[in-house]
Amino acid sequence: MSTPPLIRVVEREALVYVRLWRGLAFTTFVQPALYLAAMGIGLGGLVSAHSGSVGGLAYLDFIAPGLLVASAMQLAAGESMWPVLGGAKWMRQFHGVVATPIGPGELYGGFVLWTALRSMLGAAAFLLVAALLGAVPSAWGVLAIPAAGLCAAAFCAPITAFSITQDSDLSFPMIMRLGVLPLFLFSGTFFPINQLPGGLRPFAALSPLWHGVELGRAATTGRFDAVAIVTHIAVLVGCVVVSALFGVRAFAKRLSS
Amino acid sequence: MSAPMIEARALTKRFGPFVAVDGIDFTIEPGEAFGFLGPNGAGKTSTMRMIGCVSPRSGGVLRVLGDDPEHDGPSIRARLGVVPQEDNLDTELTVWDNLMIYGRYFDLPRAEIRERAAELLEFVQLSDRRDSRVDPLSGGMKRRLTIARSLINRPEVLLLDEPTTGLDPQARHLLWDRLYRLKRNGVTLVLTTHYMDEAEQLCDRLVIMDTARIVAEGSPRQLIADNVTREVVEVRLDIDADPASEVAKLKRFGDRIEALADRVLVYTDDGDATASAVASDGFDPASVLVRRASLEDVFLTLTGRTLED
Repeated sequence: MSTPPLIRVVEREALVYVRLWRGLAFTTFVQPALYLAAMGIGLGGLVSAHSGSVGGLAYLDFIAPGLLVASAMQLAAGESMWPVLGGAKWMRQFHGVVATPIGPGELYGGFVLWTALRSMLGAAAFLLVAALLGAVPSAWGVLAIPAAGLCAAAFCAPITAFSITQDSDLSFPMIMRLGVLPLFLFSGTFFPINQLPGGLRPFAALSPLWHGVELGRAATTGRFDAVAIVTHIAVLVGCVVVSALFGVRAFAKRLSS
Repeated sequence: MSAPMIEARALTKRFGPFVAVDGIDFTIEPGEAFGFLGPNGAGKTSTMRMIGCVSPRSGGVLRVLGDDPEHDGPSIRARLGVVPQEDNLDTELTVWDNLMIYGRYFDLPRAEIRERAAELLEFVQLSDRRDSRVDPLSGGMKRRLTIARSLINRPEVLLLDEPTTGLDPQARHLLWDRLYRLKRNGVTLVLTTHYMDEAEQLCDRLVIMDTARIVAEGSPRQLIADNVTREVVEVRLDIDADPASEVAKLKRFGDRIEALADRVLVYTDDGDATASAVASDGFDPASVLVRRASLEDVFLTLTGRTLED
């Protein structure tokens, strides 16, 4: 029985993760606890005292899925920049991979798949911490994990396709500051997008993170609308597929030309 | 005679308007050690990447293990071993993990990889380092690990791009010894180098490349016999001497002379006789050295430049 090339690429990434897990434990468990404590409980207490709820949800319940999915996005974005340039240029492991039967497109696909899986690990840890703090009212909440994974893939696929074309990491901090951070703040993570000025609301709906956050929130609160769910999933899958058309080509150009 | 391992006809590689490999022909037979000798930028690495099925050719015909890299890349790569010019090991992982990961890229069963990895570490003399991280290993050890890694799929052909560049002499000799053993075990070796001693040590047959073309082909011995005299007298000139006039005066001593930046090479079939003729003629150079002609001299004769340019 042969193992698909994509999975063989994931195996390598997983082994690196297992070997280095101690360094990653902090970001996996401690960061969600800090976020939820500060935003959910600290700020949430103020919000509850002031207006009672956000869209019928306690603020902690509102913000927990937002932070869960947004953390997955941040992790995926970071993993799609420096490690990609490292594999292509600094450490050059990608060149070692494409010398084997595994092709550049499969390497790209495996990398995106791994990033999604790794984000799901982080999301699972986040969900556990959130549940312990009483921020996950619904048992559907476990579905926030695949929602986070899908959202991570929707970010990893395009950013990885971009990173492989780069010769230096100069553009990466700009992507973080001008792309990832604004999305983090304005994609319905901390407040519903109907709080935004009317003209900006359509832009928030273009954010893949908003779709991911809505999916995650539907899961943890158990309140959902089937049409909206299908739309969110379709948008995120669309992001991955369209990006992959570029990513496969960009990997081939960089590694096998 | 068995079918060739690798065969190229009018093989060409272009990057936009730049021609990296300009219509070269060569045939590599099973079990031989075949070299591409030439200076940096001659097109050796581009040729190796086409053979390794990671770089599509721009023109010509290429058959690797009987198949066409354009259509059968993955299945050909499954039968090749590749030692790249720059190490691309997972430096934060252990020696052992590097072999395990690479074996999985070839979809080998884990038990099989473990067995082979233990054997290969023995072969490259790294068994005692199997659990250490790659990062702190010496350059020679990393190279040997890269070679072990390239052998994890029991390749029929091993491609080595500048295998000993940057290594100290002791590490180079250890590496040459291992490669020689591989060849004895029937592995076809294809290597590029810009070191003429490496080409002479390892290659049964080689082509000399310069500016994207092959300028000569043959065994090291045959290339020397065909292109240069048996011996060379190296005359190192005194710093104060006028090079042009000294070179003019040396001309009559040899069949041919080459003036380099710091010395003059006099090609002759009897080095000792030529050296004493130079000395008795009142010349007072800084030093005179008699040596056998090498591939470096062949390259110099054919291209007018040295390999290290």
